[in-house]
Amino acid sequence: MSESLPISTTGLVKRYGDIAAVNGVDLTVERGDVFGYLGPNGAGKTTLLRILLGLIRPTSGSAKLFGRDPLVDGVRALDGVAGFVEGPRFYSYLSGRKNLELLADYDGDGARSRIDSVLELVELRDRAKDRVGGYSHGMRQRLGIASSLLRQPRLLLLDEPTTGLDPAGMRDMRDLVRRLAGEGITILLSSHLLNEVEDLCNRVAIIRKGGIVYEGPLNELLATAATGYRLRATDPERARVVLLSQGGVDGVSLVEGQLRFTADEEAVGRAAIALGQARIGITALIPETASLEELFLGLTGGESSDHDREAIVA
Amino acid sequence: MTAAVAKVYRWEIAKLLAQKRTYLGLVSAMAVPLIFVVVLVLQSGGPNDVPLGRYIRDTGLATPFVVLFFMSIWGFPLITALVAGDIVASESQNGTLKTILTRSRSRGEIFVGKILASITYTLVIVFAMGIVGAVAGSIAWGFHPLTSLSGTQVSAAHGVALLAGSLALYVLPLAGIAAFAVLLSTVTRNSAAAVVGALMWALLMQLLGVLPGTEAIRPYLLGTQFEAWHGFLRIPADWTPVIRALWVCALYIAAPLATAYVVFLRRDVAGD
Ligand SMILES: Nc1ncnc2c1ncn2[C@@H]1O[C@H](COP(=O)(O)OP(=O)(O)OP(=O)(O)O)[C@@H](O)[C@H]1O
Ligand SMILES: [Mg+2]
Repeated sequence: MSESLPISTTGLVKRYGDIAAVNGVDLTVERGDVFGYLGPNGAGKTTLLRILLGLIRPTSGSAKLFGRDPLVDGVRALDGVAGFVEGPRFYSYLSGRKNLELLADYDGDGARSRIDSVLELVELRDRAKDRVGGYSHGMRQRLGIASSLLRQPRLLLLDEPTTGLDPAGMRDMRDLVRRLAGEGITILLSSHLLNEVEDLCNRVAIIRKGGIVYEGPLNELLATAATGYRLRATDPERARVVLLSQGGVDGVSLVEGQLRFTADEEAVGRAAIALGQARIGITALIPETASLEELFLGLTGGESSDHDREAIVA
Repeated sequence: MTAAVAKVYRWEIAKLLAQKRTYLGLVSAMAVPLIFVVVLVLQSGGPNDVPLGRYIRDTGLATPFVVLFFMSIWGFPLITALVAGDIVASESQNGTLKTILTRSRSRGEIFVGKILASITYTLVIVFAMGIVGAVAGSIAWGFHPLTSLSGTQVSAAHGVALLAGSLALYVLPLAGIAAFAVLLSTVTRNSAAAVVGALMWALLMQLLGVLPGTEAIRPYLLGTQFEAWHGFLRIPADWTPVIRALWVCALYIAAPLATAYVVFLRRDVAGD
């Protein structure tokens, strides 16, 4: 039932002059998903989140949160929803606690009583009485999470929450996201960090120039890629000749004594037998699942470099 | 006022109380009558050309009326614009607008809260000036009956009532400037532009009022309404300028606010 979907968008477009920052996005996020919205700088991640949060109006198309459209229902569409775009911003001349008190009053619904516990959760309790103006980037980021949790969200929208954090801060933030997901909160997380998405998310959308180029579960995406292998053998030159004659083995190359090729499992098995029969010893046969990075480049960069090449040729 | 708007309003006031520019304006509004009294105590002579100027040393009650005249050209408009021009723009510039717009208060509620806070501020600075002026003046020259603009004397107590009414009436054209500042604040998203723009608007209104050939529109200019309180100081009171100030100012307040409201409700809040 689409009414209960945490996020569903259809044909969502946001134009800024000639640029389509969001370009026909159909997105569905199910309950319990930790959904990675993955794209390079300028791909339109923040713009999508702004539309979802009701901060900007889409040029066309519609976005719904739990069946409510921010354009139609205004701030009611954010019932059960929390999050922020880009860095969370606070009143620098007020303390962290005062900022949360203000936001809790804006939320109503007993949010004030949760201030201590959310401060505790993000480990800001000791600094809560200091002015936010003196907070580090990491502290502000944590205060952003705390302010979101005041709303007891069922859906959390996070825009590159680890950007600008040091390795320990990143780890803490990811632990926190994992923990919140474990509590059953649906999360939409934008990121340009592949390992982060690989680490946290069960579903991804990969976007480029505002449009989705892939959407689905991560493992399916990984499975679509042909598996590559590295092979070291006692006689690489002859091994190359053997591999070239094998059906189902493609892209054979020999670089610095190491062979690379792609094949499915059955073909690899047959190739191994053929190498043995040719009295070539296999010293190493290493499968290489395409990293998300490679997939990502294939889906996004590959196309753009083709474009660029065409542009240069023409 | 709904409970939701009351909450927003309370926080808008709290935010104003936590910002330096609020005090800059408030302290200026209170310093001007003080300086004025000190200078007149040290010097002979006086502001004989302005309404009630001749009686400045007769009673402390005359002080705030005379200061009202001097501050209407740019003093009060500037102090008002300083806060009203900042009230939306600073939140755009600091990015806090997106923070408060993604909670459970509607844009309308937030906007109304901000308007009420701006008008409260305007009210406070005018009355702060009035009170400081009357007290400082009375210390210097005593708390005596006031000579009205018709030349008759009214008791000091009556004078205080006239002062209160005049200050309240004076807030109206200032609120018109505040409304214009809020409009610029919402549209330009730039605090400095809004403050300067609103001040220019106030000066333009004053300028039109003194140029030759503008006699026909003069009663309906915003600047003219700063003198509407003169009606109170006639014995018997002349209600014509007072009534006119009420509806003329209502228009100068409503038109910019309505426009700003529509813009605020619809505008994109992106990083700017
Ligand atoms: N307010 C705006 N006015 C004009 N153009 C905009 C605006 N906001 C975004 N854009 C453009 O839309 C495109 C997408 O921007 P967006 O901020 O959504 O990207 P992003 O994926 O969040 O990038 P990043 O990883 O750098 O945060 C960019 O080309 C950007 O220049
Ligand atoms: Mg972004």
